[in-house]
Amino acid sequence: MKIAVCIKRVPDSEIRVAVAADGKSLDEAAVKFGLNPYDEFAVEEALRRREHAGAGEVVALSVGPAAVQETLRSVLAMGADRALLLQVAALPADAWIVARALADALAGEHCDLILFGKLAIDDYNQQVGPMVAELLGVPCVTAVSALDLEGEQAVAQREIEGGIEVCRFPLPAVLTVDKGLNEPRYPTLKGIMAAKRKPLEVRPVELPAGGIEVLGLRLPSPRRPGRIVEGPGAVAELVRLLREEAKVL
Amino acid sequence: MTAVLAVLEQREGTLRSVSREVVTGSRHLAGPAGRVDSLVLAAGAVSGLDRLGDFGADAVLVRTHPAFERYAPESAAHVISQAASGNYDAVVLGATATGRDLGARVAAKLRVPLAADVTEVGSDDGSFVVGRPVYGGKAVQTLRVTARPAVISLRPSVFTPVEHPKAGTVDTAPAVGIADAGRVVVVDVKPARAGTLDVSEAAVVVSGGRGLKEPANFALIEELARAFGTTASVGASRAVVDAGWRPHAEQVGQTGKTVSPALYVAVGISGAVQHLAGMRSSKVIVAINQDREAPIFNVADYGIVGDLFEVVPALTAALTRLSR
Ligand SMILES: Cc1cc2nc3c(=O)[nH]c(=O)nc-3n(C[C@H](O)[C@H](O)[C@H](O)COP(=O)(O)OP(=O)(O)OC[C@H]3O[C@@H](n4cnc5c(N)ncnc54)[C@H](O)[C@@H]3O)c2cc1C
Ligand SMILES: Nc1ncnc2c1ncn2[C@@H]1O[C@H](COP(=O)(O)O)[C@@H](O)[C@H]1O
Repeated sequence: MKIAVCIKRVPDSEIRVAVAADGKSLDEAAVKFGLNPYDEFAVEEALRRREHAGAGEVVALSVGPAAVQETLRSVLAMGADRALLLQVAALPADAWIVARALADALAGEHCDLILFGKLAIDDYNQQVGPMVAELLGVPCVTAVSALDLEGEQAVAQREIEGGIEVCRFPLPAVLTVDKGLNEPRYPTLKGIMAAKRKPLEVRPVELPAGGIEVLGLRLPSPRRPGRIVEGPGAVAELVRLLREEAKVL
Repeated sequence: MTAVLAVLEQREGTLRSVSREVVTGSRHLAGPAGRVDSLVLAAGAVSGLDRLGDFGADAVLVRTHPAFERYAPESAAHVISQAASGNYDAVVLGATATGRDLGARVAAKLRVPLAADVTEVGSDDGSFVVGRPVYGGKAVQTLRVTARPAVISLRPSVFTPVEHPKAGTVDTAPAVGIADAGRVVVVDVKPARAGTLDVSEAAVVVSGGRGLKEPANFALIEELARAFGTTASVGASRAVVDAGWRPHAEQVGQTGKTVSPALYVAVGISGAVQHLAGMRSSKVIVAINQDREAPIFNVADYGIVGDLFEVVPALTAALTRLSR
């Protein structure tokens, strides 16, 4: 089974956000980056499917700056076989452009499965996966939290408001994966050593600007300072405030 | 003149509540003189269309096909992109579970990006300018969408429906150009526990965290939610979902659901950034925590510092008295 996993290097979710001097991007000084958490589930699923099939290959791909090599190396340490970085100076805000670059690289790979995270925790775009599927002409199921493969047929579950949708679709396919599908492994020391010798190809690409322009990045307007109510009458006071001031009761 | 296609969502023949928000956001983008057409895909008749004109829809196009009994992602994307192509300046959807899936597909078919999960819309000199939370809600990004059509999804519960009377003429016709659902077929929809409202759709969310100490104590949270009425629902922090106390469907946060209810009550939740990512756009936030330094108090409008095992039953009792 041949499986591709598309991964993104993102700022750690614990970062303190500061706006860079250009007024429209993240100030990356002192920001820790790592593998997008949802992509960990995608990598894990790819490894399990390859292990289960007993043969095959897991290829990790990413579009991004040179520093993404480090993230790809960590995916190789988890157990992927090889990696490809489509290197750009900076990622465009237009996800369609990113999807096109990935689809161009994937067109020659003929994978049975192409896995993505449900979303990237920096941009919350939730779109690169389905766009790659459209470009490659293969079916796509998003936000998959359970997956059954039987030969060329597959059944996946996805959470919707108030329930779970069960989808049937043929392979090859693109899936974007949600939390709950599996428990990602940590790289072992042996894996980390082995990753150093695994192939990591860096292919420079030029991307057009696309149809979305970032005008600015700002911190959210601070919430009105909160009020702490205390003492024996605290509950009654809270109810009064919710009724009379917040008007939510 | 700006023309906007508002893509609405129905389930089992009933229009979903996000639809009015989508029409309102679309009208905002179109401007008072622009055109807003609403599009609903359904297997048959849809209820709830009559008031869309009040919120600014010039026309309501219902396109029917048996495949639309359930969500049919590929066929839905085909019909919507065909309708949009060349006819509209913008296509607007609600960023619900379905809308997030569908929006990306529609954008891909139109070969344009999707401005996803938008919380602010405006037009500036004939171009669309939108704002959206990024970095888990720790920043807001302003984008100019130059692609045409501009495909935009709106975060649910953010755009309060505004009355803006227009004709709202309903036009029903069979959907053309599709044979069946497509390659991806929804074969079953398993409902969550009966009588529970999804956290992302509730007007009041009462969430519990590790401070509850053990799963059985979530009864306190459930009772408090009930005391807030039928539009309230129970949420949870990841700590208690990972511990197996609560189902993942209830998890609020970066790896759970994003909610923007009128009232969010966090009980025994510390307020980790990943939790805040899912609830900081709530309109009013109440925190109940014994630790005065807990970060949840930084985003709370009202807080009670105290033992939840005393505060919550007292609050439930006070609310129950109030509703009698
Ligand atoms: C990649 C990633 C993604 C994540 N995604 C999510 C997510 O989607 N959602 C999420 O919630 N978390 C998420 N987390 C986890 C998050 O970092 C926190 O670990 C988690 O939110 C903590 O849950 P908690 O507040 O219930 O528990 P704790 O942090 O342990 O807080 C318990 C709180 O209860 C209070 N308390 C204890 N006893 C009482 C009492 N008797 N009365 C009153 N108060 C009491 C304590 O003072 C404390 O503040 C994620 C983490 C990572 C790394
Ligand atoms: N620059 C990128 N390179 C490779 N994969 C990406 C990139 N951006 C996003 N993805 C993939 O698409 C998923 C969804 O990202 P997004 O659409 O940005 O929310 C991520 O979890 C990754 O799997």
